[in-house]
Amino acid sequence: MEAKKIIVCDTEKCTGCEICEYACSIYKEKRINWSRSRIRHVRIEPTFDIAIACRKCEEPLCIKACPRDAVVVLSDGSVKIDKDKCNGCGWCIEACNFGALKLDWEKKCAFTCDFCADLGTPMCVEVCPYEALEYTTLDQVGHEAGKKAFKRIIEELS
Amino acid sequence: MKGYTGKYLRVDLTTGDIRTERLPEEVARKYLGGYGFVGWTLYEEVPAGTDPLSPENVVCLWTGPVAGTPVPVSSKYIMGALSPATGFIGFGIASGGIASELKAAGFDGIVVTGKAPSPQYILVQNGRAELRDASDLWGKTTWETEELIREELSDDEVRVSSIGPAGELLSVLANVTNDRNRQVGRSGIGCVMGSKNLKAIAIRGTGDVEVADLDGLMEFSRDLYKRCRGPATEKYRVFGTPANMLVHNRLGCLPSYNFQKGTFEKVEDVSGERMLETMVKKITACPSCPIACDHINEVKEGPWAGTVSSMDYESLELLGPNCGVSDLNAITKAVELCDTLGIDTISAGVTVSWAMEAFERGLLTSEDVDGLDLRFGNGEAMVEAVRRMSLREGNLGALIADGSARAAEKLGKGSEKFAMVNKKLEWGAYSLRPLQTATLGFATSVRGACYLRSGSYQPDVKGTVDRYHLDSSRGKVVFEGENLYAIIDSLIICKFTRGIYKDNTEFTKLIKLVTGFDWSVEEMIKTGERIHNQAKLFNVRFGAKRADDYPPPRAFEEKLYDDVSDGAIIIRAEYDEALSGYYEERRWDEEGIPTKALLEELGLDATLGV
Ligand code: SF4
Ligand code: SF4
Repeated sequence: MEAKKIIVCDTEKCTGCEICEYACSIYKEKRINWSRSRIRHVRIEPTFDIAIACRKCEEPLCIKACPRDAVVVLSDGSVKIDKDKCNGCGWCIEACNFGALKLDWEKKCAFTCDFCADLGTPMCVEVCPYEALEYTTLDQVGHEAGKKAFKRIIEELS
Repeated sequence: MKGYTGKYLRVDLTTGDIRTERLPEEVARKYLGGYGFVGWTLYEEVPAGTDPLSPENVVCLWTGPVAGTPVPVSSKYIMGALSPATGFIGFGIASGGIASELKAAGFDGIVVTGKAPSPQYILVQNGRAELRDASDLWGKTTWETEELIREELSDDEVRVSSIGPAGELLSVLANVTNDRNRQVGRSGIGCVMGSKNLKAIAIRGTGDVEVADLDGLMEFSRDLYKRCRGPATEKYRVFGTPANMLVHNRLGCLPSYNFQKGTFEKVEDVSGERMLETMVKKITACPSCPIACDHINEVKEGPWAGTVSSMDYESLELLGPNCGVSDLNAITKAVELCDTLGIDTISAGVTVSWAMEAFERGLLTSEDVDGLDLRFGNGEAMVEAVRRMSLREGNLGALIADGSARAAEKLGKGSEKFAMVNKKLEWGAYSLRPLQTATLGFATSVRGACYLRSGSYQPDVKGTVDRYHLDSSRGKVVFEGENLYAIIDSLIICKFTRGIYKDNTEFTKLIKLVTGFDWSVEEMIKTGERIHNQAKLFNVRFGAKRADDYPPPRAFEEKLYDDVSDGAIIIRAEYDEALSGYYEERRWDEEGIPTKALLEELGLDATLGV
């Protein structure tokens, strides 16, 4: 199986512009409504910003929580909500540690990020003006962190 | 109607009556939004002779058509009222989440009248509004108020615009703060809210925002995001607006020592470069902004360690060099006090610098200033003066709480000569004598001493005109700038993005994508002209005359000597000529009153015209 790619946010770069939220709602729903964005910007005053989407957990709590087996995991690791089974009780939303699911009160059904499966690069990642978002594997994230740490050591030694 | 919800709220605080009113399409086409709507509301609703602090004054909050859309940087709203500071039109524009939230809640604006019997706040939620008790919030800072309202409603995403203690204490310098660091800063809107017992407006919306052409708008927005990351905005991205410190110092137009000089010997210590190196903890953006100019400073050591506040050029300059202060920690603390206690940083800086000059000249005794060593350069004294001013504390607070013009009236002894005001409002951070086109633009602005109405400093700074002299042709520069800026302020988009639009046809394109209005550039500029004249007409109703359009005496009476200027001064005859040139361009008479013919052509009320 291919390594799972997720959306990671560099909190140093994220400015809290919420353009990712606009772009997501427009691309996925053809409407401007950031409360319908799959990615969520959170600011903790005074200086912390992050944008979070689904993390493709190894053991998704949303799936466990759903009493109707409406949440299923797909081959890329993302989860999908079966509209026929879901009745909008919101337990999956409560269970998720990241606030990555939301409730569509018009369709009476939960929804979450599908990583823009039809696009190569997810729309939010594409649009973020500060390149704060990356669509990448956790392994790559680790690799980058290692490189960064090593660079720092080299700089300190030289 | 696209780009507008077509509805606004009318709140009568005296009776508690709240109703939804329809926004007529003719009004949208005539005044576009934002600034245009403020002018329209005030002209319709505030009669001649109204006392700014009486229940008869109106305070309004408007968005423009782009609010809530992905257009960069569209997250702006405007608040307006008859200004208690100037006695003329008062308004201020701020970013943050208020505008988009109000749109998503289903309203374009809120018009507030009357006076509440006890402290209250307005809560707007999807399609409805209510008045809520704010007794427990009275006396709280703006930051506390935001937090407390979010707690009360158990909703982290509620956006709050509130006043601090300064607004409650009716300081005419009082502002309105939202999202911690964003302010409706100028002309005392916070004071009017305080006079109405209105502590805050809290907004939460989750509806759709509709535009005429969504796909087209997103495509255009994405193109604009890219341009926003280009050279036109680079300096703002890296250093924020404090990038201007060194630039202005080099040009000799960086006010220092209460505008006595145009350069500052310790400018390196307060430059944008130094600030980025030593103070900046985070760079943040307003919603929908790809530029991110907001630089959040943190004080790391000393008596104010742990202070965190947002720093922009005007605040840094006027609380810094203009008070002779070169200590970034002190300036960061002073900004925090202004933002939390609810006072405008520009007016605060220029008022403290006035008091410092009066103190150094021996016009203020030690007792008058509560024993502070209020000499230029004393950062600690500057911080304490700001605190006392905001809370009306002690002799000093009582003297300067309402700004330098009123303090100088009280003190007399010639101190009026160095109150750096126009229309009783403090001057922005641009030196007067070496930027004479700018000075003309600031002094003729409807809001008073305003650097944001025409961009009139640009030709001076760019060197396309002789910035040390004036002639009648400068009127045209201000006229053209004002008409376009009236559109920018009515849409409302951030002025830092103006440079990314290739030409005026791109503004008409934007208007079309959002509202569907198919305007030619001429129609758009005519609309800008109408909006500006409507605001001016409001001032005429309140007695505006030629004499109100002059800079403070220092500009004409003292020569400027510093590292760049060698005796720069504004020659009164040249200024007179430039002012007449401006009036002529505007088709106003020699007293600055619009002609009837012009008003009729613009579709405005011609009764006050000549
Ligand atoms: S678009 Fe990028 S910078 Fe803006 S909130 Fe989203 S992740 Fe952060
Ligand atoms: S990947 Fe696509 S669906 Fe998921 S948050 Fe980003 S834009 Fe939305």
